[in-house]
Amino acid sequence: MNFIADFPISLIVLSSGLGLIIIGLWGMLTQRNIIRIIIGFSLMDTGIHMVMVAIGYITGGTAPIINDAVLFSDAVNRVVDPVPSALVLTAIVIGLGVTAVMLSFAVRIYRTRKTLMIDECTESKG
Amino acid sequence: MIKRMFIFLILALMTMIFFNLASNYSENTSLSKLGHYYVKNGPSEIGAPNLVTAVVVTYRGLDTLGEVTVLFISAAGVGLLLRRTRRKQDIKDLVNEDLEKGDRAEETAINHRPASEIVETATELLLPMVILFGIYVFMNGHLSPGGGFQGGAIIASGTMFLLLALPESHISRLMIAITESLSGFSYVVVGVLGVLLAGGFLDNRFMDLGDFGDLFSAGAIPLIYALIGLKVGFELSAVLDRFRKEDTGPL
Repeated sequence: MNFIADFPISLIVLSSGLGLIIIGLWGMLTQRNIIRIIIGFSLMDTGIHMVMVAIGYITGGTAPIINDAVLFSDAVNRVVDPVPSALVLTAIVIGLGVTAVMLSFAVRIYRTRKTLMIDECTESKG
Repeated sequence: MIKRMFIFLILALMTMIFFNLASNYSENTSLSKLGHYYVKNGPSEIGAPNLVTAVVVTYRGLDTLGEVTVLFISAAGVGLLLRRTRRKQDIKDLVNEDLEKGDRAEETAINHRPASEIVETATELLLPMVILFGIYVFMNGHLSPGGGFQGGAIIASGTMFLLLALPESHISRLMIAITESLSGFSYVVVGVLGVLLAGGFLDNRFMDLGDFGDLFSAGAIPLIYALIGLKVGFELSAVLDRFRKEDTGPL
C-alpha cells in the first residue's frame, strides 16, 4: 500500500512516453514501408510530448487557468508549470507540419515508382 | 544480420538510458523559476486567466510567429509536392489512364458511389456546428482550454468531414489563399502595433485589458488568436484538399 502512496502519478505518463519513443524508433529502423516509417515517427513524436508534459507536472497540480476553482492568491502552489505545456503546444503543431510534408513525399514517391517499399529507392545508395 | 544486431543494440542502449531516467525520476513539488514568474505576474501583466495562452501568445509570442511560419512553409511544401505538373508526357499518361479507366468503369462505379441521404443530411446539419465550435474554441482561448491552433484544427476537421462525406465538393483555393495571407499579414501588423503603442513586439497591452475573465479582455489576445485560428484552419484545410485523389491543379 505504501508503494502506491509513494508512486508519483506522472511517472505513468513519463514511462509510457519513453516506451512510445522506443517503439517509434524501432518502427523507423526496422520497417521497410514508408507509411509505416512515418507512423513510427508520429509515435516517437507523441512519446516526446508525453515526456515533456510529465516533466512539467507538479504534485497535486491542476491546469494553469485562473478562475473560481484556482484563485489568483494561491495559484503559485496549485497549478502545473505552464512553460512545458506551451512548448508541447508548439511541438504538436510542428510535428503535424513535418508529418504532412513526409506524407506528401510518400505520395510523390508512389506516383513515380508505384511502390512504397524503401528498398526500391536505391539510386542514392553508395 | 549485422544490421539487425546493430538496431537491437541501439534500442537496448536507449532503453537503458530511459530506464535510468524513469527510475531516478521524482515529481516536482514546486514550479520552476520561470514558471513561477509567469504564474505570479501573468494574470496582472497580461490579463489572461489561461496562463498557457499568456505564455504562447505574449511572453513567447515570437516563437508562435515562427511556429505559424513553419506551418505555412509545410503547407506550401505539400502544395508544391502534390501539384500535378501537366507536361506532354503526363498528358499522354493521363489519356492512357483514362482509356484504362474505361475498361474498369464498373469497378470505379462501385468505389465512387454517391453519399447516401443520411450522410448528406448529417453533413448539412453538423458542418456549421463543427465550424462554430472551432470559432468558439479560438475566441475563448484566453479563458478556457483551447486557442488558435486547437480551434483551427477543429475547423480543418470540419473540412475533412466535408471531404469524406461529399468527395465531389469544391473548395476554392483562391478564397483559402486570400484568407490565409490576410490573417497572417494582420498577425504581423498586430505585432508591430505592439512595438509602436506598447512595450514590444506582439505586446497585447496596446488594447484595453478589460475586466479579468471577460470574453473581450486580455488586450489583443482574442484578436491574435482569432487570426491564428483562421490562418491555421484554412492552411490545414488546404493541406487536406491537396491530399485528395483528384487534384485539380494550382488555384
